[in-house]
Amino acid sequence: MADVIMVPDISRTVQKWRKKRGSLIMALHEVQNRYGYVPRNVSLQLAQLMDVPLARIYEVVTFYNYFNLEPPGRNNVAVCLGTACYLKGAPEVFDAHKKALGLEDGGTTGDGEFHLQSVRCVGCCGLAPVVVMNGQTVSKVRPEGVRDLIARCRKEA
Amino acid sequence: MTNPNGYESLPNAIINGASGPTVSCRINGSEVELPDGTTILDAARLLRLEIPTLCKHADLDPTAACGLCIVKVEGTHKMPRACCTPVEEGMEITTHNAEIMDVRRTVVELILSKHPTDCLTCGRNQNCELQTVASDFGIRQAVMPNIAHDLDRDSSSQALTLDPARCITCGRCVHICQDIQNVHALCFLDRGYGTRIAPAGVSLGESPCVRCGQCSAHCPTGAIFEFDETRDVWEYLMTPEYHAVVQIAPSVRVAIGEAFGLAPGTNLTGKLYAVLRRLGFDAVFDTNFGADVTILEEASEFIQRFLHGRGELPLITSCCPSWVDFMEKFHGDMIDHFSTCKSPHEIVGVLTKTYYADKMGIDPSRIRCVSVMPCTAKKWEIKRHESMSASGFQDVDVSITTRELARMIKQAGISFLDLEEEECDPVLGDYTGAGTIFGVTGGVMEAALRTAADLITGETMEQLEYNTVRGLDGVKEAGVEIAGRQVRVAVAHGLGHVETVLNRIREAREAGDEPPYHFVEVMACPGGCVGGGGQPYGVTNEVRMARARGLYSDDARRTVRKSHENPHVQMLYKDFLKEPLSAKAHQLLHTRYQARLTYTR
Ligand code: SF4
Ligand code: SF4
Ligand code: SF4
Ligand code: FES
Repeated sequence: MADVIMVPDISRTVQKWRKKRGSLIMALHEVQNRYGYVPRNVSLQLAQLMDVPLARIYEVVTFYNYFNLEPPGRNNVAVCLGTACYLKGAPEVFDAHKKALGLEDGGTTGDGEFHLQSVRCVGCCGLAPVVVMNGQTVSKVRPEGVRDLIARCRKEA
Repeated sequence: MTNPNGYESLPNAIINGASGPTVSCRINGSEVELPDGTTILDAARLLRLEIPTLCKHADLDPTAACGLCIVKVEGTHKMPRACCTPVEEGMEITTHNAEIMDVRRTVVELILSKHPTDCLTCGRNQNCELQTVASDFGIRQAVMPNIAHDLDRDSSSQALTLDPARCITCGRCVHICQDIQNVHALCFLDRGYGTRIAPAGVSLGESPCVRCGQCSAHCPTGAIFEFDETRDVWEYLMTPEYHAVVQIAPSVRVAIGEAFGLAPGTNLTGKLYAVLRRLGFDAVFDTNFGADVTILEEASEFIQRFLHGRGELPLITSCCPSWVDFMEKFHGDMIDHFSTCKSPHEIVGVLTKTYYADKMGIDPSRIRCVSVMPCTAKKWEIKRHESMSASGFQDVDVSITTRELARMIKQAGISFLDLEEEECDPVLGDYTGAGTIFGVTGGVMEAALRTAADLITGETMEQLEYNTVRGLDGVKEAGVEIAGRQVRVAVAHGLGHVETVLNRIREAREAGDEPPYHFVEVMACPGGCVGGGGQPYGVTNEVRMARARGLYSDDARRTVRKSHENPHVQMLYKDFLKEPLSAKAHQLLHTRYQARLTYTR
């Protein structure tokens, strides 16, 4: 059962940072690193779980250049190369993406449609190997399913 | 517009003479002794020296954002900002000289270089703190190229218009919205030159904004102003087929004079009735009448809950639409505590299209109801729920603010202040002292207690004034004895103060204890409606107090001061509604609530 689309689970991120000083900014770093940007639905969850107003999150995210609110490409594809995914075949999945999109890690297609990057553990190892498409997690991805996934993404966009 | 940093806003310690530690310093050569911690700005005011300001507002802590208030202090090269610098022992301060004024002019020029120059089409033309400063400094030409932002207006909330291009990033609105109102709808996005006010990634209409308008009341420029609906009103007045009806809220009468140069608190009720007839309204009603009806319903609800255990305690008032919106978005667990009774202007609206229409034989589809309110949130309230169309038509067609009415009067060229006073149409206009104090924090509670005490005891109680619920403390708690039983009440105003009260209720609920209060009143705006977001500009606590005094003296002058003794209200119940909480009253005068999302996307 490939590509179960689910809302990203950020409860671990929140657990980790909730009680610490400057925690919001650390949690946001983690989100930025994981998705290549700070997706709105993740911000909304973060606001609720950390009990901070969304306005505060947006103030922080727009103040520092480090954060992006928009994916670098119109579609942002993050392939997890964390340990669990790695063991379950993530390198092949990543290669399939590179081939399908004609991109290297961190590249964006000429038409700005797709941005590809590898990320470290996105926190749902049970669903490995995992790809995060535009902030939504796709689980148990097979290399041979990658072309389809991308085609669908193109159609939806 | 009174200066929001007017002389009256001096800290009490300064006015009444200092107690506690003081410091001595010299200001422009005069020796002064001041309470420790006084800012240079306040100290200068004591000497009647007006240092220009843009970002400082008397209601708010200084943000020191604009730099206009700089002064010189002997022995330093820096020019400290007067609004946030406390005087120190031995300081020698100069507030005005050629050099200082030159620096201030440059500050103004810098602000103007990032600011649009089309004052004529701005929401604050002729009523703008930036314009006043530019005029005072005699700016006649732009000395720097203009790099104003090109940003779109946002009127999606249908209550306020954001015009972010006119923002000078003083921070007042953000401070009010986040810290005083605890809504966090507005924030600063981006940084440096790109800094702009906006909600978090959505339009204002999709944000948690509760439309209180406090941001617009505190903005020094035209970056946030009321959503103007006067065109609709003119259309009603110009269409012969329409029967145009108007009502004025309690606090409008004691504030509108400020737009015509009168002191805050001047009561213009009679002249308002007169001017509304001159504008062409076919009937002139008063929201105070609706307030009397609200009290009958709400006091009856209270008695149901307090004496007969039918419903949750405390009962919480619901006549402030921003408060209702805030509760629905942030405190959905309180829905069962809310009075289901509609707000006074909605009551006058629905009764106009039913009771009055019947009585006069007018087809309600021809009636257009306009309400004049101190409030921007009423613009939203009239469409907030299907029960706002209980007459079969939208009960109130348009709600305009005090500021909009003032403009209409000026457009119409009526010499407002010279008009003879008139009476309103009493059928939905006659009011009691209890109705008029609805416009000030504590007033709804006081009015309700007057009626509840009589209804519970079955006697006519002597006590009219409940001073413990008056005044500007953010949360007022009191115990009132009625028929040998303690009624515990709480009054909060300014949404930032609500949480304290709600949390006490929740704690008791979780511990299984008796509720800490039986009756709670909340008004979203600091000071209540007298400080509403649609009132004339320049609000401070002194202005709020002066307007409140205007209402309390209106109350004291009235021969009838209890809502249930209003003869026209009695007639309404006898001929039409039967009794408070009757089936008909429920159908027309009550509403429902639902928990809402803070962000819809
Ligand atoms: S905000 Fe003031 S200075 Fe700016 S355009 Fe409007 S009236 Fe003119
Ligand atoms: S109207 Fe009130 S809630 Fe809305 S943005 Fe302004 S201050 Fe905030
Ligand atoms: S919108 Fe008005 S109050 Fe808010 S920061 Fe800008 S100028 Fe100041
Ligand atoms: S008024 Fe002092 S810095 Fe703006």
